[in-house]
Parts: sequence; C-alpha cells; structure tokens
Amino acid sequence: MNIVVVGLSHKTASVEIREKVAFAPNQMEKPLQALVSLPDITEAVIVSTCNRVEVYATSRDIAGGMARLKRFLADYHHIPLETLEPHLYTHHGEAAIRHVFRVSASLDSMVVGEPQILGQIKTAYGYAAEYKTSGIILNRFLHKAFSVAKRVRTETKIASSAVSVAFAAVELAKKIFDDLSDKTVMLIGAGEMCELAAKHFLNNGARGVMVTNRTFERAEKLAEEFDGKAVRFDDLFDYLHKADIVLSSTGAPHFIIGPRDVENVMRRRKLKPMFFIDIAVPRDIDPKVNDVENVYLYTVDDLQEVVASNLQQRAEEAKKAEDIVSQEIGQFFKWLSSLDITPTIVALRSRFEETRQAELAKTLANWKDLTPEEQKRLEALTSAIINKLLHPPTSVLKQTGQGGRADLYVDALRNLFDLETAPPEEEVGELEE
Amino acid sequence: MNAVLFYSTLGIYFVATVAYLAYLIKPRETLGQASRWLITAGFLLHCAFTLDRYLEAGRTPITNLHESLSFFSLSIVGVFIIIERKYKVFILGSFVTPVALILMLVSTIFPTAITPLNPALKSKWLAVHTTVAFFGYATFAVAFGAAIMYLIQEHFLKSKKLGAMYQKLPSLDKLDDINYRCLTFGFPLLTLAIISGAIWAETAWGTYWSWDPKETWSLITWFVYAALLHGRLTTGWRGKKAAILAIIGFFVLLFTFIGVNLLLPGLHSAQSLDFLARTKKSSFPIWKPIVSHPDFPDGN
Repeated sequence: MNIVVVGLSHKTASVEIREKVAFAPNQMEKPLQALVSLPDITEAVIVSTCNRVEVYATSRDIAGGMARLKRFLADYHHIPLETLEPHLYTHHGEAAIRHVFRVSASLDSMVVGEPQILGQIKTAYGYAAEYKTSGIILNRFLHKAFSVAKRVRTETKIASSAVSVAFAAVELAKKIFDDLSDKTVMLIGAGEMCELAAKHFLNNGARGVMVTNRTFERAEKLAEEFDGKAVRFDDLFDYLHKADIVLSSTGAPHFIIGPRDVENVMRRRKLKPMFFIDIAVPRDIDPKVNDVENVYLYTVDDLQEVVASNLQQRAEEAKKAEDIVSQEIGQFFKWLSSLDITPTIVALRSRFEETRQAELAKTLANWKDLTPEEQKRLEALTSAIINKLLHPPTSVLKQTGQGGRADLYVDALRNLFDLETAPPEEEVGELEE
Repeated sequence: MNAVLFYSTLGIYFVATVAYLAYLIKPRETLGQASRWLITAGFLLHCAFTLDRYLEAGRTPITNLHESLSFFSLSIVGVFIIIERKYKVFILGSFVTPVALILMLVSTIFPTAITPLNPALKSKWLAVHTTVAFFGYATFAVAFGAAIMYLIQEHFLKSKKLGAMYQKLPSLDKLDDINYRCLTFGFPLLTLAIISGAIWAETAWGTYWSWDPKETWSLITWFVYAALLHGRLTTGWRGKKAAILAIIGFFVLLFTFIGVNLLLPGLHSAQSLDFLARTKKSSFPIWKPIVSHPDFPDGN
C-alpha cells in the first residue's frame, strides 16, 4: 500500500488559485466520500487552509492514484486540469511521509514555526475520522505526524520567538511586566503598525487603551474602535503617567517626549516601569529616555533587529527539526512496508516453524527410545499440522492482496502473533524459492 | 551517623546545584522538575541531620560556625523551595542553590565537634533567636539571588542584547516581586531576631543591649533593609534600585553573620575565635569579654 500526496501551497500557487481549490470547513463529508469512492483510493484526508490544499490518500497504484487525485481536485472545483496542474505537487513513499511530517511540524509554513498548522491538520484529520475515510494507514500516519510535530516543538526552539515587529513588542512587554492584564497602552498618533501593535497588546490581555492625536477627532475615532479613551494632544503629559506601554508614531519632525518629561512621569508613577515603543520616523522619543530608571525604549529598528535575530534562530532550529523528521521517517516507513503481504507471510511461517522446532526438540530430548524412523514421522506430522493450519490465512491474505484491504489483516496478524515489523531481507528470498 | 547524614546532604546539594546549573543552559521542564526533587530530597536529609544533631547535643545546633553555616544553608534551601513553588521559576535555583552549596562547603572547614555550651547561653531563647534570625537571613539570601537575576535581565533589556539568557530569565516584574516578597517576610524576622536576642541577652548577661560588634552590625543590617522597605513603600523604590539595595543588604548581612565572628571580637564570637586562636596562632587577640558580667565566664 502506498501513501500518496497531491496538493498545492503558498509556494506553488497564488492566492487566486488557492482560494478556488479551498474546501469549506463545514462541508467536508461530500469531498471525502467522493475521494474514497474513487477506484483504488482506500483512505483519504483533506487538509485545506488559507496557505495550502492537500489530499493525503492511500492507493495501490502510485501513478494512477496521483492522477485520480489531481483529476478529483480539478473536477470538484470545476477548474480545467491544465490550469491547475502546473501548481500541483505530488509525493509518494518516503517523500510523501517527509512532506506531511514537515508540514505538521510547521517547517513548510510561510512563517516557519507558526503554530496554527498543526491544529489545522488535526481538524482535517478529525473530519476524515468522523466520516471514516481514514483507516489503519492514515490513522497511524497522521498520529505519527502529530507526535513528530510535538517532538519538534519541544526539542527545538522553532516557535519560541516572535517574528513580527508587533509580536516582538508584546514579547518584550511580557519580559518587563510579566502580566499585561492590568496594563494600559497609550497610542500617540496613528499609523497602521501602531494600531496593529495595540491590537496585539489587547489580544494578549492588556487592560485598556488611551489614544491621543493632534487631530482630536481622529483620536476619538480610534479610541472608539479600541473601546478606549481619547486624550487631547495638549493633555498628553497629564495622562502619560497612567500608561504602562506607550506606542508612538506621530509625524512630528522633532522629539515630542524627552528624558525630563519621562522623569517627571516616573515620579508620579512611583517608578513603576514603562515601556516606550517609538515607531515614528523621524523619531518621536528622545533616545536618552532609555537611560531613565525603569524605563525601556525601543525604536522600530530595535524591534526589527529582534525579529531578524529571531528569524535567524528559527532557521537554525529548523535544521534540527529536519533531523528529527528524518529520524522519524525511517521508523514509520519500516512499519508501512511491514504491511506488505509477503514479508508478513514469511514472518508468520517462521513464527510457527520456530515453535514447532522448539517443541519437537524438547519432545525428542525426553523421548530417547524413538527410532530414527519414528522421529522422522513425528517431524512430518508436526510439519503437516502447521502447513494445514497456515494454508487458509495465507491464501486469504494473497487473495485480499489482489485488491482488498490486506493491510487490515496484516496489521492484525502482526499484532496477534507478535511478529517483527521488518523481517530480514533473506527470509523474503526464501519464500520466493 | 551524623557525618553520614551531613555528607549525603552535601552530596545531594552538589548534584541538585549541578542540575540547576544545567537547567540554566538547557531549560527543559523535566530537568527543572528533577532539580526540584533533588533539592527537596536534600532538604529533608538536611533536616534529618539537624534533628540528629539536636538530639545528640541536647540543644539547637547553632552554636559554632560549622553548625551555623549548615543551618543557614538549610534555611536558604527551605525558603527557596517555598518561593520556587509559589513563583514557578526553576531558574531561581540556578542562582540560589550555589549559595547554599558554598555555605555547606565552607562549614566543613570548621571543627564539627559538639562543644559544651557556655552555661550562660543555655536558654529557650537560643532556639527562638537563632531560628528566627536564620530564616530571616535565608529570605534575604533568596532576595539576593532574585536581585542578581534582576540586574542581569535589566541589563539585557536596556542594552537590547536579547540573547539566549534573556529568553530564559523571568520578567523584571516577577523578579522584583520576589525581591519585595522576601523583604516583607525577611524584615519582620530580622526585627524579631534582634528583639529576641535582646531579651536573651538580658536573661544571660543582664543587659538588653551592649553594643558588641554583632549587635551593632545587626542593627546596621536592619537599617539597610528598613531603608529599602521604607523606600519601597513611600517613594516606590523598585526595580534596579531595590535590587542593588538587596544585594548590598545581603553583603552587610553576611558580614554581620561571618565577618563579625572572625574579625571583630565580641560576645557572639566566643567559640569561633577560640578555635582560631588555638589552631592558627593568629594575630587576633585572645578574646576577653567586653562586657564583664558575673554570669558570663571567660572565653573557654
């Protein structure tokens, strides 16, 4: 049985294509059932996120399976296959396993290490499990992918640092304040990055927002958006001491906040720490403010440097993660190939044969007055018994191997008789003699 | 038996310290858990050692430098375990357990023999005074560890050098909070220690306060921490200033505890000085009581 992957991602397709092939999250039953009703497709999982659409399936015939999956994607979304095909990638065997492990571990993401993808694949698998389109192979495969992702997460620092300026600011604030839930954010001026950062602070628990702007109406508008308080620009220093985190991005040509101002503010705050983030160019806040006790000033360049070094760290961690993936592929592949019929029959036979030999030896050792002739007959008898016993399962296995769900039997046999997952090569050879 | 307990404690503290230092390099949850178990096991063994010694000597074992250093170490580990559980910062152990280990190591330098207690000092106040004092010292030792961490983290944030160490250290607020919490517990303990000491002095020597160096330095230590507490409560000294004062306070405290005994003659230092005078032929003057009191016999 083979694992086949067909899909497209942000690396191969633009958003115009991706949105056309996306599957609606709440209507997965129809496409999943359609997939498993295709000839030779026995199991299927559909992963559909804003950055990728992928189908994982099992099929006996690799090339045929891939072709069917491609055709399915095109037909289901009513796109000509010629349009879709250049964006599609296909994997099978070890490459398919590596691909899915890498995707789950967020090594193939647009932002390497982003945490959402694992949850999205878990949801996708959830649908397949609910509609019973995933079976023994994909179940085990995806659970393995989850555990690989977990290993990567715990053993590397791939997701431990912020890779956007706004997130970097939030992480810094957490290293200063620990808990943001009683902290107030002040926005001075407006600007996309400033608002984005303010949103991040609110999402991370910040208590409230104050907004000030040279145009009071704009401040009011923005304050309303954030459910905060608008402050007149001239009253800035009457309110500044109430803010713990200050985001500044005015168009002022000179510094609007200097060290003296901040010293006064700090006195009113009883030296409670403050975190200033200066996003404006030219800068709004005098860099000397950073020298005031318990005050931390970061400019947009500082934050960008943090992001750059985090990205570099992620790239280094990604190498470790790739090693983990490689290790795990070997293990899983071993299991997958053990589902093949021939080695299973060999293993089953040798398990019986070993037992027969051992028991026979024991009997002969205790029963010394047997003639060589009688010993031979005993040997023949035991051989005949196990051959008779093994005949029906062997032929059933060979028959189902022609097209049915042999992997189910194989897995069951291996568990019931405690057979090794990967029999040595030479035993396979023996059977073919 | 006693020596076995002592050296097994020392051994476990050593392993626990190594584990905590390893945690500093590789902050894995399991390593932190393991370190926590180790230090807790060491603490229980240390308690057993102290109890055994108590039964053997028939008094609180804090009467010579060996016992005192060991008890100091025990209190630090005890206070650390409580604080660490409350704040869930394994990494604090990387800064505090080495202090406890070093104190234990230093205590091995001093003679371990149980010496007969100066009859004047035999009192229930011995247990009260010393235990309270040592737990006070221990809270300040943990505050010291947190303050060092604060200064390191503050340096990273100010200079914008946000390396691996910055990632591992807790937030400034948390460290400052630990510092403050320790102060609010340590200061009353220190105050109690001084008061109970004065009462004990009154029963032993007939005078509450005799300005011997230990008393003087205890008072200096008390003033340093009083200043810190006052500053915190009124003008909001916090963060860096508070951390620096906690570090200064701890050094003054260490001097009060060890330096005074070794360098300045006085009522508290009888045994250690005797030991030094006898064994090292040191230039220290053979101790004579500054306060002459009929109940208080000569130095040996």
